[in-house]
Amino acid sequence: MATAANIVVTPVETPPPAAPPAPTAPGLVDGRVAEERVSVASQWQLMWWRFRKHRLAMVSAGIVALFYLGVIFADFLAYADPYASEGQRTLLPPQAIHLFDDGRFAPFVYGIKGERDLTTFKRVYVEDTSRKLYVRPFATGFDYKLLGFIPTNMHLIGLDGAPTETNLFLLGGDLQGRDLWSRLMYSTQTSLTIGLVGVTLSLLFGVVLGGIAGYYGGFADTVIQRLIEVLFSIPSIPLWMGLAAAMPRDWGIVQVYFAITVIISLIGWTTLARVVRGRFLSLRDEDFVKAAELAGAGPWRIIFVHLAPLFLSHIIAATTLALPAMIISETALSFLGLGLRPPAMSWGVLLQQAQNVQTVALSPWLMIPAIPVTIVILAFNFLGDGLRDAADPYGV
Amino acid sequence: MALLSVRDLRTYFVADEGTTRAVDGATFDLYAGKTLGIVGETGCGKSVTARSILRIVERPGRIVSGEILLQRDGGYIDLAKLDPDGREIRRVRGGEIGLVFQEPMTSFSPVHTVGDQVIEAIQLHRRLDKARARARAIELFRMVGISRPEGRLDEYSWQLSGGLRQRAMIAMALAAEPRLLIADEPTTALDVTTQAQILELLRDLQRKTHMAIMLITHDLGVIAEMADDVVVMYLGRVVEHGPVDQIFHAPKHPYTQALLRSIPGIQHEARVKLPTISGSIPHPFARPAGCPFHPRCALVMACAAAPDGVCCDHHEPELITVEEGHSVSCHLYRKKGAAVPLALESAR
Amino acid sequence: MLTYLAQRIGLGILTIWVVSVLSFVIIQLPPGDYVSTYLAQLAEQGSTASAAEAESLRVEYGLDQPVYVQYAKWVFQMVQGNFGMSLDWKRPVADVIGDRLALTMIVTVAAILFTWILALPIGIYSAVRQYSVADYIFTFLGFLGLAVPSFLLALVLMYFGFVVLNANIGGLFSPEYADAPWSLAKAWDLAQHLPIPALVLGLAGTAQLVRIMRANLLDELRKPYVITALAKGLSERRAILKYPVRVALNPFASSIAFLFPQVVSGSIIVSLVLSLPTVGPLLLRALLAQDMFLAGTIVMLIGVLTVIGILVSDLILMWLDPRIRLYGRR
Repeated sequence: MATAANIVVTPVETPPPAAPPAPTAPGLVDGRVAEERVSVASQWQLMWWRFRKHRLAMVSAGIVALFYLGVIFADFLAYADPYASEGQRTLLPPQAIHLFDDGRFAPFVYGIKGERDLTTFKRVYVEDTSRKLYVRPFATGFDYKLLGFIPTNMHLIGLDGAPTETNLFLLGGDLQGRDLWSRLMYSTQTSLTIGLVGVTLSLLFGVVLGGIAGYYGGFADTVIQRLIEVLFSIPSIPLWMGLAAAMPRDWGIVQVYFAITVIISLIGWTTLARVVRGRFLSLRDEDFVKAAELAGAGPWRIIFVHLAPLFLSHIIAATTLALPAMIISETALSFLGLGLRPPAMSWGVLLQQAQNVQTVALSPWLMIPAIPVTIVILAFNFLGDGLRDAADPYGV
Repeated sequence: MALLSVRDLRTYFVADEGTTRAVDGATFDLYAGKTLGIVGETGCGKSVTARSILRIVERPGRIVSGEILLQRDGGYIDLAKLDPDGREIRRVRGGEIGLVFQEPMTSFSPVHTVGDQVIEAIQLHRRLDKARARARAIELFRMVGISRPEGRLDEYSWQLSGGLRQRAMIAMALAAEPRLLIADEPTTALDVTTQAQILELLRDLQRKTHMAIMLITHDLGVIAEMADDVVVMYLGRVVEHGPVDQIFHAPKHPYTQALLRSIPGIQHEARVKLPTISGSIPHPFARPAGCPFHPRCALVMACAAAPDGVCCDHHEPELITVEEGHSVSCHLYRKKGAAVPLALESAR
Repeated sequence: MLTYLAQRIGLGILTIWVVSVLSFVIIQLPPGDYVSTYLAQLAEQGSTASAAEAESLRVEYGLDQPVYVQYAKWVFQMVQGNFGMSLDWKRPVADVIGDRLALTMIVTVAAILFTWILALPIGIYSAVRQYSVADYIFTFLGFLGLAVPSFLLALVLMYFGFVVLNANIGGLFSPEYADAPWSLAKAWDLAQHLPIPALVLGLAGTAQLVRIMRANLLDELRKPYVITALAKGLSERRAILKYPVRVALNPFASSIAFLFPQVVSGSIIVSLVLSLPTVGPLLLRALLAQDMFLAGTIVMLIGVLTVIGILVSDLILMWLDPRIRLYGRR
């Protein structure tokens, strides 16, 4: 029995013999060429090919890129000074923009007349159809520094013949009569960068602590693991609220901005640390690491040449997925009045005006900032998903 | 009269990337009290054949043609025509055909006790109350040689050793005394001693119950020991079919011959590289035209040299009976003057 | 099993300790101590307290002693049920919180139940009918549920309730029951008000759970024991429900552990929009008014309740998974 039972058919794989050449269908030839291309492609190339197939992720990448372009050129896109408040324009509804004037392409808006309703004491606005205000591209407006160092006063659009600040309200005006569109541009700048700064800090914490846990294992791993578990089981919002409320009232915008990012990333690092630790643990014992070690590669070479590419892709994906949580956190805190405070602008700060249902019912456009929040978060989620799938190019 | 006849069975997996012909024209018979061994490399369609018989091929796989005739009450029913989730096929599964397969670790649910799963199998096919079904389960456990059966019933599969788990699996397959037991690599995951015990158990059970066994394996040793008849499969096709002695002592197909050559033997010279079969199994989407084995075959006949212009890379060979009960699918055994088979372009 | 339980309880105690330190930090962070804030408030209202009175207050709260003694005192008093005085409300913190804590938990549990009831069938369906039209629709809705922060969803729902139904869909009680003592009628009124907060709070979690259930079940459906079950003669529906769904339920149960803190977190801010009488609005008011004893206590109690919630989920998991019951691990 013993000899017979151990006979196992194990054909050893050897290259096919040169002859006889198999006649192949054209499809097969293409298949081989494709296969060859795949086998010589670098890892990043493989990831790109894989990512490209994820249509939703590609579209999301475009959307995210557009938003960050908006962040860079916020001052240019804003046509009105975001702080210029006008008592005569409070809660002005969004204005209709008319594209054609007498069959000719010439976008214009009508002038606005504000009156106070003597019975309800509310301001009501009517269009003054006798006054056409033409919208001009690349108009001059308030002064700013493009990209932070080029002084200019050119904006994407502006009005002809009347001050833009008091006459153009594409998305309506807020409680103080400030232009919502322009404020939204600056808010996007704050909200999207605060997420980036927060995620960078989280990444730093996460990589260092997760790396230590995964690399050293043992006691350090246990301590860090427990810490992560504890932080996971604490409801984060009340904690953030408490810490944010403890910030001194007299701090300036910049100080508050950084304090908020620190507070948010204090808890946000846990997810990233988990990813890093998990990758470290699973890769440490891989055969190719052993092989590299045996071939004489030092620890740094192994980490940067062999492990980092595998790592990096996962970290990029995890970071992308962590960003929306950061953005939501900031928005939530500011919405509560515990995060950024006016005169700073962020999506949460803008939405604070929409806290009251009665106000929103009368001026629903105050909820408009919720739209970019949703779009950006959705886009980041899809993008992160696509990246995560692509990060493992050899997987199924 | 055969207990189960498989006739030209074809099971394909149709996906966007292409069609995989997992089983591509398999024909064989199973007889009561006999063991049919099915042997071949990984991916040759052995397991899919077994699953096709029970109609549990996973999506997107599906039987495209062929018959699976199960003898019942003097006649036959064609399993291939039944509704795969219907009442009739469910009566066959477990009731008339039992299945044991290769991964005893994961063949049991980890969150249900072994007893729960065996009793369920009994109650599906026998009208027994819980207590009687339990008594029957204990009896089955004893029959397959599990000591302390009462206690084992309440354990979870991961608390049992590999050998015990496989015995429990066999007990479950035998719950309703099936007439046919399909054993798909039943000993692959076990160590050699346990392997021998399980095979011994199967032989023993066959003697007692006179059931037919379809034994699927890639281990020629197991085949040599257990089977009465052997089917050699390659890329979903039966390449050779015959009595076990013929297959081992007078193999006809070049593939069978190559398989047997690649076995280490006790009389072989030590420290010499074993002969191997050149090349590897082609990708399922890129099946070679003609005889699927021709790119790896040492005796391949090119068109110019072949008699009657029948060549391996062009014409698909049919099963040719070389002697009583022994058939082979190879152009080498074509009788002169026989009809020229159609040239089939297999690769698409 | 006992080791596992001991481990989980140990982690719970550790968590409570960390929360207590953080809560204490929140109480201590603002400049000035409790008594000086109190005195300042008294002065604002025109009345004054004597220096002796102030000193006795300082001694009572241990403010003249080092920080760790103050911390120990605070913890010790809390264990006895004395949470200190609320500056803002001029009443003991325990009184101010009242049944708001219980209501917070009711809303949280309702949201988690909602999450489960919705996520389970959808998850099963999406896995069994992978890549079907409904699967794609659920996946998309799931992403949307994840992307819309719960307080924004609450805002939008309130707006539509107000504009379309012309009704206030917020709150947990009808006006006539808001201050009424507890009765069956009041409980029924509460039950009728629960669905909207449960929906708002549970949507993100539902989306997460559907994805978890779908992924787990897809894994489990490929396991050999499913084929074993089918080969026995079980129908596909029964085989799937009895085996892979049952196995995939384990990670599902452990999801409470992260769902609980998440929903409690969400409830704080959603309560504000939907004006629910939970601890959320109280916490915000306390923080804005620098009423730190009240705020710290609320953070602390929420932490403790979350730990209890997680322990309950561990018990459910132990009951569900024999591997944990017998070996203390999976």
